[in-house]
Amino acid sequence: MRIGLFVPCYVDAFEPEVGIATLELLERFGLDVDYPYDQTCCGQPMTNTGCHTEAAATEALFVKNFSKFDYVVAPSGSCVHQVREHLTAIPQTEEVVGVRQKTFELVEFLHDVLKIEDLPWAEFPHRVAYHSNCNALRGIHHARPSEIARPFFSKPLNLLKKVRGVEVVDLTRPDECCGFGGTFSVFEPAVSAKMGYDKVADHARAGAQYVVSSDSSCMMHQKGCAERLGVPLKFIHIAQVLNGAAA
Amino acid sequence: MSEDLAGHEGSSESGMIHPEVAKGADEGERGQDGGRLKHAEAASRPIGSPKAVREPQPRGAKIRGDRPIDQAEAAERFLAAPLHQKAHDERLWDLRKKRDTAAHGIPEWEELRELASQIKTHTLSNLDRYLEQFEAAAKVNGVHVHWARDGAEHNRIVHGILRDHGAKTLIKSKSMLTEECGFRHYMAAHDIEIIETDLGERIQQLDDEEPSHVVVPAVHKTRFDVAEVFARTMGTDPENDDAHYLAESQRMHTRPLILQADAGMTGCNFAVAETGTVVTCTNEGNADLSGNVPPLQIHSIGIEKLIPRVEHLGVFLRILARSALGSPITQYTSHFRGPRPGSEMHYVLVDNGRSERLGMEEFWTSLKCIRCGACMNTCPVYRRSGGLSYGATYSGPIGLIIDPTYNKRKYSTLPFSSTMNGSCTNVCPVKINIHEQIFAWRKVLAEEHQIPLLKQGMMKAAGAVLSRPAAYRAAIGTADSALKALPRFAVYNPLNTWGKAREMPEAPRQSFHAWYKQNRMARKSSTKKDAAE
Amino acid sequence: MSAREATLAAIRANRPAGTYPLPDMPDFTPLVGDDLVHEFGERLKRMGGRIERAADGPDPLQPVRERIAGAAVLASAVPEVTGNRDLAAVASPRDLADVDVAVMRAVFGIAETGSVLFTERELRVNSVAYLAQHLIVLLDPADILVNVQAAYRRPEFGRSAYAVLHTGPSATADIEGVLIHGAQGVRSLTVVLLPRQDQPD
Repeated sequence: MRIGLFVPCYVDAFEPEVGIATLELLERFGLDVDYPYDQTCCGQPMTNTGCHTEAAATEALFVKNFSKFDYVVAPSGSCVHQVREHLTAIPQTEEVVGVRQKTFELVEFLHDVLKIEDLPWAEFPHRVAYHSNCNALRGIHHARPSEIARPFFSKPLNLLKKVRGVEVVDLTRPDECCGFGGTFSVFEPAVSAKMGYDKVADHARAGAQYVVSSDSSCMMHQKGCAERLGVPLKFIHIAQVLNGAAA
Repeated sequence: MSEDLAGHEGSSESGMIHPEVAKGADEGERGQDGGRLKHAEAASRPIGSPKAVREPQPRGAKIRGDRPIDQAEAAERFLAAPLHQKAHDERLWDLRKKRDTAAHGIPEWEELRELASQIKTHTLSNLDRYLEQFEAAAKVNGVHVHWARDGAEHNRIVHGILRDHGAKTLIKSKSMLTEECGFRHYMAAHDIEIIETDLGERIQQLDDEEPSHVVVPAVHKTRFDVAEVFARTMGTDPENDDAHYLAESQRMHTRPLILQADAGMTGCNFAVAETGTVVTCTNEGNADLSGNVPPLQIHSIGIEKLIPRVEHLGVFLRILARSALGSPITQYTSHFRGPRPGSEMHYVLVDNGRSERLGMEEFWTSLKCIRCGACMNTCPVYRRSGGLSYGATYSGPIGLIIDPTYNKRKYSTLPFSSTMNGSCTNVCPVKINIHEQIFAWRKVLAEEHQIPLLKQGMMKAAGAVLSRPAAYRAAIGTADSALKALPRFAVYNPLNTWGKAREMPEAPRQSFHAWYKQNRMARKSSTKKDAAE
Repeated sequence: MSAREATLAAIRANRPAGTYPLPDMPDFTPLVGDDLVHEFGERLKRMGGRIERAADGPDPLQPVRERIAGAAVLASAVPEVTGNRDLAAVASPRDLADVDVAVMRAVFGIAETGSVLFTERELRVNSVAYLAQHLIVLLDPADILVNVQAAYRRPEFGRSAYAVLHTGPSATADIEGVLIHGAQGVRSLTVVLLPRQDQPD
């Protein structure tokens, strides 16, 4: 199978090591991974604000870049949610629908498609607070959200279980949004920051050394809050942990 | 590593984000067995504010005619009153946790939600038929039935009924519909005295402030605030902020008003078409007082409250109180069907934009709403902003999607007061896809240019860069420009709102693009070359 | 056009596309165990109500005798108790404002919730259940239904002008979430499990 790697724009700009870890991790499983050089963004900054017309060209470019692959994999639940649920500013041709359906976030790809069993290279002997990005959790069903009265499951935690030494801590409000919300963080900054402060306080009170998540966007926001508060938390993407990062 | 995935759902009941808010002393009423009561409206622990600190109550959004509500500004003021904000957040999160406990305790919970949703969509898609059936049954039972196109007509009709009976005072139980209609304000202007009998509504009425939450209208107030209001309006001791004293004072003060009232009014939780019954759910019994003491009773009914049959109450009654308060049922579930001997009974069926909303393909399912408030309790933005920050009758997630139908311009900002995290959709007992409707509203508002020009301009600029690979790479190419140029929406704006409360992200040495070009593209092209040769 | 016609016309014009059939009501497994009396009592207590079993011996109402005896004004709608305020002779609902204790019999109880049902028949004057300071409810244990679903199959809802489920006393937590009983209605509700006397209707 041919994998197209999609690296979200903010990962490209601010957290390239997440993209690198994702690429290396997929290659560890012997996959043929290509990175279309002309890729840019999934369109979420615009659609998040209701500006779909302004997103159309970006969405078209995404489809153009990724139509030839069997799977598109990205280290971001929110971007994948955007592609699968909201890439609608352009005509829904067979090509477009095809790309949308074969776009996967990294955790769900490893868990549901590759069904990986082991991560023998992975060891992360630290206390970890797992942060569920809301689009990943409720949009693409990474885990059972606490609101729903059904048996618990969690794909990211299932994967973290395969990493030696990881100790996942219990949070007071595990599923509460951290307040990033894309453009919300800019246009309603006071509430956004307060939500971030409360979230990192929860991580800290639970005794976490690291915050791990499938989404760098949330972590960027939480890291900014933690640093402002002087809370000594470290942030790392699950791709890096699964890829064997030690710290 | 934690072995127990199920236990990962969260720490123990005592876990709180704001532990400093809770009081040590136990004020909760005790049950027959001597233990503290944890049910329903009872907080599992009272959220008491420390006596030493007094903080003025933050007021709601500034309302200037039809100008778009600045919810963010009002939220900022709410956050600037940390005592109020933390108590508000903990109190409503506590209700959310209670809801979870109740929901998880019923094996068929998700099935009940689905049933409730289907009963509602069926009814709404046949609303004309069910309204006619309801009206016919009510008339046979001896009830007078009126119809009102909008809130103003509702007020005129009720005023007419009161006038016909020489009624000058009216007691009423909580009804969001009457809030929508501006009922109290209309009646005040026409010399009819309205007395709210729900404690939370009464507090708000005496403070000349709108209710902030559909179920707990004064949840944004501390007991100090209530003591101040009562002292000012009822002559109670301003220094006595004991909740029992305040509630008892209110009871004593309101009781004579209840007894003397010429007329009584209730809202409607469910209107049963089969029998012409109006069902109200309260914990105080104030709907029963309003409906059974005065000789004239009026029930205001939003047309979307219809359900087909009595047996359907078996679904709705099981999900309403559990969603609202985590309680199996409210203390009082009243079924009004016909007048008492010697008294007169009226129904006022109100449209006020509902029939129009029915025709909105993406938004009509918001009419399923049963006003439980669960969405408000779970919304992390609402809990930190307070209901009054939305400047509308309906606040929180449900407010975001129905308020624009009442006034698109005024409420054009509300759908943006959300992170679209989706928790509201998951707690909604009738499965309204609230966060998806919020997303859909943003599209409508952007297309109709109801969003600020600056924002739309920024999005156009972002779209231009993000759709051109070379321009995009240039924008993020260097360490300096990455932070300045991308994502523009995050870091560019005149006030640098990101940096106000957060540290800025560091720009890395090179972007992924640059790394890939340097480390992998050469490798790939040489591989291809080798393969070709 | 009248408001009625305008509203109905608008509804018809805006009818959502698609079919939305009315679902069948499944019979859910009751949440309570077989001992309905015990479950009823437990649920009632959780909602702030009190439960008493009828005493053996000459005075079945002995558990509430003190409450009854202490009432200056006692309104009774049941033959088991003689009050000093005749509910049949009440001219206006307001006249019951001074009632200390009211005693009535419930039509049925619900084990799932600890609720009891009254209609205008049991109450005689509806307002007494809200103006009295304390309520004593006689309930035949055989009249306890398993759950809310079962309750809504009962005929009372289709034929009473007024029917109400009481679940414990009046309550509120509108002030800082502090629980208070007797917000506007009764301060206490006590159910006494006492079988009906055989009586012709």
